[in-house]
Amino acid sequence: MSKTLIRGAKVLGGAPQDVLIDGERIEAVGEGLSAEGAEVVDAAGRVLLPGLVDLHTHLREPGREDSETVLTGTRAAAAGGFTAVHAMANTFPVADTAGVVEQVWRLGRESGYCDVQPVGAVTVGLEGKKLAELGAMHDSAAGVVVFSDDGKCVDDAVIMRRALEYVKAFDGVVAQHAQEPRLTEGAQMNEGVVSAELGLGGWPAVAEESIIARDVLLAAHVGSRVHICHLSTAGSVEIVRWAKSKGWNVTAEVTPHHLLLTDELVRSYDPVYKVNPPLRTERDVLALREALADGTIDCVATDHAPHPHEDKDCEWAAAAMGMVGLETALSVVQHTMVDTGLLDWAQLAERMSFRPAAIGRLTGQGRPVSPGEPANLTLVDPAYRGAVDPAGFASRSRNTPYEGRELPGRVTHTWLRGRATVADGKLV
Amino acid sequence: MMRHLISAADLTKDDAVRILDTAEEMARVADRPIKKLPTLRGRTVVNLFFEDSTRTRISFEAAEKRLSADVINFSAKGSSVSKGESLKDTAQTLEAMGVDAVVIRHGASGAPFRLATSGWIDAAVVNAGDGTHQHPTQALLDAFTMRRRLVGRDAGLGQDLAGKRVTLVGDILHSRVARSNVDLLHTLGAEVTLVAPPTLLPVGVGSWPCEVSYDLDRVLPASDAVMMLRVQRERMNAAFFPTEREYSRRYGLDGERMARMPGHALVMHPGPMVRGMEITAEVADSERCTVVEQVANGVSIRMAVLYLLLGGQDQTAQQTAPAPATEEK
Repeated sequence: MSKTLIRGAKVLGGAPQDVLIDGERIEAVGEGLSAEGAEVVDAAGRVLLPGLVDLHTHLREPGREDSETVLTGTRAAAAGGFTAVHAMANTFPVADTAGVVEQVWRLGRESGYCDVQPVGAVTVGLEGKKLAELGAMHDSAAGVVVFSDDGKCVDDAVIMRRALEYVKAFDGVVAQHAQEPRLTEGAQMNEGVVSAELGLGGWPAVAEESIIARDVLLAAHVGSRVHICHLSTAGSVEIVRWAKSKGWNVTAEVTPHHLLLTDELVRSYDPVYKVNPPLRTERDVLALREALADGTIDCVATDHAPHPHEDKDCEWAAAAMGMVGLETALSVVQHTMVDTGLLDWAQLAERMSFRPAAIGRLTGQGRPVSPGEPANLTLVDPAYRGAVDPAGFASRSRNTPYEGRELPGRVTHTWLRGRATVADGKLV
Repeated sequence: MMRHLISAADLTKDDAVRILDTAEEMARVADRPIKKLPTLRGRTVVNLFFEDSTRTRISFEAAEKRLSADVINFSAKGSSVSKGESLKDTAQTLEAMGVDAVVIRHGASGAPFRLATSGWIDAAVVNAGDGTHQHPTQALLDAFTMRRRLVGRDAGLGQDLAGKRVTLVGDILHSRVARSNVDLLHTLGAEVTLVAPPTLLPVGVGSWPCEVSYDLDRVLPASDAVMMLRVQRERMNAAFFPTEREYSRRYGLDGERMARMPGHALVMHPGPMVRGMEITAEVADSERCTVVEQVANGVSIRMAVLYLLLGGQDQTAQQTAPAPATEEK
């Protein structure tokens, strides 16, 4: 296998160092390493991070290959600096059997751009009625650890309780899409001042918070761990903070878009801003940033949700919910968290690589940049400034809310077990 | 004057007064034996109705015909829309046929705004009611009716509604009429009070430029106009209120309550009324009730809006005019 010498990179934002990759592993980290026999990447001024890990990605295959496939989605992931993604279960057919999760897992292996760890559905068909064969999915080649009905809430308290208990047998975790269904019938956007004016059905914060409150109590009662998907409100932050203060095994994620965008954007009625949970208020955005900084929220997850053009080029009510996010995630987090002084790069690495890998029990991902570790690495140029151009996306879909917006930072290289998947800003 | 009419909130006081004054001129046409002006001869207006609304469509159609426009009625029912065609494709089909204005009624809030701002078409867009968002020509005809009755037909020219106390009663939450009226009446200087059970007021109503009350009897004596909004019986099934009778007792307008209003005060209703629910027959048929007048005024207002959007000024100036102000808001 070939050698690569990354010269003068700020490892996790620290002092410049050389990192030598030999084959699939990091051979050495230090100053003045020999470049003999190695391809040299000049990384002056750039930040070297562990390969990013996403706990929440919609790859759409099988079933909606018109919006994304495992191949296009993992190419988008690599372009965004990710070396592992968790593929959500709301495909067609639903990933609720060992057969489907193994198919997704195999497609990921074949793509070669990024590790794909399938998420299994909690209930059959995401219908919230009957537990899917969670054990079989865990025992399959895919080795499923994270289970989620994402897109739908496991709203039945008994089903949720049983799922939380059942997955303890193999150290699994239920990732809850917290949305009380009755309170969100016909919901189109955050319920508040803007929805009142626009005449769009409200998605109240309490519909998220009431489910999170119930689930942290359930997790505590049965001694299980629970993960909260795409937490979006200031109230949810307070509940998770309280649960953690009790020592309960609760983890939570926030999306990049909830760290930056607010429901004021919905005034344009442009469905590119339609997402579930919806964009909230400025107050929520600031609370989420603070919570991600102080560790109440464990990690960033993209909720990358590709949709075909026609599902967004229409009136608001008819449009699909969701945004692509893999290729802009790091820039948005740099913009909202690093450039604002809330996080340094080492803390960002914690929240975009180490923690999500730990929650998903991934081995070989989210590892330190140290000799002997797998060479899953991302090199970032933090000084770069540029407007987001969806035409350049590797994703098959273009439904980004950031088109034309200037964001900092650019992934110049990504290595997956020593192989460059991105070099000089281009997919390899 | 703007290029489209999407929301009552986009109108300045000068815009609104100008529309009301123009509507008075248009109303004179209705008093003539031949009710027709040549203003829009050769211009094509399409009434694009994705929701059933015979009353509003007929009102627009009468206005368009009195201005000599060529009128196309496009109802979503039985058209390609029911077979899954998108709003965009429908719009571009109409554009290809060379329409000058699109009057759109749509069940989705924001659909007219999207039509006007997405680059799908060049035609002027008039919102004839979108979801639970806006119905600006209704608010204009309501303001027109109030100005005529409370200020005077001739005395009202050039005037706003400063100091007039207007009470809106009923299902505010689901009402585009209420939203449009609050915006326009506030612009015209009126003092607006909303009265409804708390379940039928939107979260966030506190930021609207109006007062909110749960007590109709307290508000009535201080009202110059009381606008009753339709309350659909189905709302009962979604627990917005316990029973039809309880709603009627607490928020309906009957003769006894009407007697507590000042002598000059009007009873208004955008129609269609649910008699026995929000309004009793006695009130609906009384001299104070302006329902029929509102319908007649609707034609004048819609004539004024179409005239000002399409024919009322220099064409080149129109084409370079900016999009409605909702974008920047």
